Amino acid sequence: MSSFLSVRDLKVHFPTVDGIVKATDGLSFDLERGETLGIVGESGSGKSVSSSAILGLHRKTSAVVSGEILLEGTDLLKISDEDMRRRRGKEVAMIFQDPLSAMHPYYTVGNQIGEAYRVHHDVSKKAARARAVEMLDRVGIPQPDRRVDDYPHQFSGGMRQRAMIAMGLINNPSLLIADEPTTALDVTVQAQILDLLQDLQREFESAVIIITHDLGVVAEMADDVLVMYAGRCVEYGTTKEILTHPEMPYTWGLLSSVPDVLGDTSAQLVPIPGNPPSLLSPPPGCMFHPRCAHRDKVPGDLCRTVLPDLVPGTRTEGHLKRCHLTDPDAVYEREVLPEIAPDLVEER
Amino acid sequence: MFAYVIRRLFIGAILLLVMSLVTFVLFFASPVDPGRYACGKNCSPAQIKQTNKALGYDKPVIEQWTDFLRGVVVGREYPDDPELRAAAPQLVTECPAPCLGYSVVNTSTVNAEIKEAFPISLSLALAALLMWVSGGVLFGVIAAVRKGTIIDRGIVALSLVFYAFPAFFIGIFLLKFVAIKWELVPPPTYTPIAEGGIGLWLQGLLLPGLTLALLYMAGYVRMTRAFVLESMTEDYIRTARAKGLKSRRVLVKHSMRAALTPLVTLVGLDFAGLMGGAIITETVFNYNGLGKLAVEANQTYDLPTIIGLVLLLGTFVIIANIIVDVLYAVIDPRVRVG
Repeated sequence: MSSFLSVRDLKVHFPTVDGIVKATDGLSFDLERGETLGIVGESGSGKSVSSSAILGLHRKTSAVVSGEILLEGTDLLKISDEDMRRRRGKEVAMIFQDPLSAMHPYYTVGNQIGEAYRVHHDVSKKAARARAVEMLDRVGIPQPDRRVDDYPHQFSGGMRQRAMIAMGLINNPSLLIADEPTTALDVTVQAQILDLLQDLQREFESAVIIITHDLGVVAEMADDVLVMYAGRCVEYGTTKEILTHPEMPYTWGLLSSVPDVLGDTSAQLVPIPGNPPSLLSPPPGCMFHPRCAHRDKVPGDLCRTVLPDLVPGTRTEGHLKRCHLTDPDAVYEREVLPEIAPDLVEER
Repeated sequence: MFAYVIRRLFIGAILLLVMSLVTFVLFFASPVDPGRYACGKNCSPAQIKQTNKALGYDKPVIEQWTDFLRGVVVGREYPDDPELRAAAPQLVTECPAPCLGYSVVNTSTVNAEIKEAFPISLSLALAALLMWVSGGVLFGVIAAVRKGTIIDRGIVALSLVFYAFPAFFIGIFLLKFVAIKWELVPPPTYTPIAEGGIGLWLQGLLLPGLTLALLYMAGYVRMTRAFVLESMTEDYIRTARAKGLKSRRVLVKHSMRAALTPLVTLVGLDFAGLMGGAIITETVFNYNGLGKLAVEANQTYDLPTIIGLVLLLGTFVIIANIIVDVLYAVIDPRVRVG
């Protein structure tokens, strides 16, 4: 039995005058209806590029997309442009970050939401507007019948994101991709938006991919986590497993960069040194080795010369990691955990 | 919005006042004696003095300026001097408000001159505007959609070629070959709608309008292309595509609406500038429009005509600016006030 969504060896390459930019290089994952996958990584790690590929948003003139994207058995990369267009926004919908620039400044919110409905349903403008009001109400916008005629700039940031969600969900998509849905919002609004997304997911029984660089969002929302670095998956597993027993130093770095307000405030906040590598000329060996504090623990200088495969982790089945370390769990408990969460070490 | 327009009109009026003063002062600061020119070739000092008196040139500059302003508001009579008017009442010329002065060179009021030339320039500018905006936007959008292809390159190259040709070349080429040698259209002459109907009016405007349009179109093609390409990279275009809209609808409803907004400003100002600026085209096709009138007035030191034209064309620019700003508010909801 194949999964609802099954991505296999997805590659998105952008040919440029200086060479090929491998924004996504060999990404694979599965997702079932009602489940949520969190894709985590720094800016430029290929999260958004990969999800845009699922919607078929890359222009053929600028990007080369290969691999398989099977949605209920249909390969979205093989169907015609027109077929893909019909599915876009209906079966697969996307919520973008920064809704101020993602909504057209010259049209009312209702017009833009209604438009998403009218593309896929043969209804009058009036009916589409009524449906837009209904959706605005559903996402918790007060006085939706009045606000529907407002322009995006008349909405607050949180309301714009709600409107964006209304636009994404108006056709009951079976797959919803949320690209950093809460990044531009303040924390209290963030929590509301995440709750809303969860409610709606339960209601519509959609599969959700949530793209974020915020592990807090992942902990709250996701069933599975996929950590991306420089266009590749570096760690993949259930959220619980990844957050408690990460086996890849990059994931450790992400965890160390999250402040724990309620926990031990004496814990250090350790940023990952350096910058993400250039996708045009990635470093040899493991892409992360120039920034990795543990590269010298691996004998034979493997980290600098050989790209590690994505292999099962040491503890549970389904946990995949791309790292040469032979005993990552031990290193994590011994060296990383005491720094970032001393109280947790005692519990263990 | 209403209060805004009133405020802008008020500022515009002050601007015109300053403009008229500057033109007056500049003219009298020049070493030319306007009375000498107005009088003619062989004039005795007594005749020059008489002419100066008749036209009011014997008064101080500021007084002439206030006389002029009074004329604009309530109208005036020529000759300027009351004694001369009383001496020869049959020679008095009425110049009703808004009187812009009396041109000795053409022996008529400036208003009458403008009244004759204005419809010609307006028709010409309208015809050119229609052609260059529709052509510029059409080819600009095609070039943007087909970016990088031979079509795109061809359009951009061709528009550069037309941009590089001077107006007199295109004008004379069209006149000499299209109209006279190949006889594709009759040689253009201006026929007012009242005389020959819309058909003849349009026929006369075809070639001179096309001359101007080709010149302006080049810039509009390139700007439209750039604006459309720029808007295509906006986030809201990605949103529109993610909804599953057809690419034509993404282009027309989402991209072009945003891309064409800056063109409104340019169209307004270019149109106002063209009202008195189509000098070469008007000369080539022998259209007696405002541009030609202005050049002739400069050659003959026809001070009243020059001042009248400066104010009229300044008014066009000011009004065009106000219209453009109001249009902007209509197009872009974010700039709406109140």
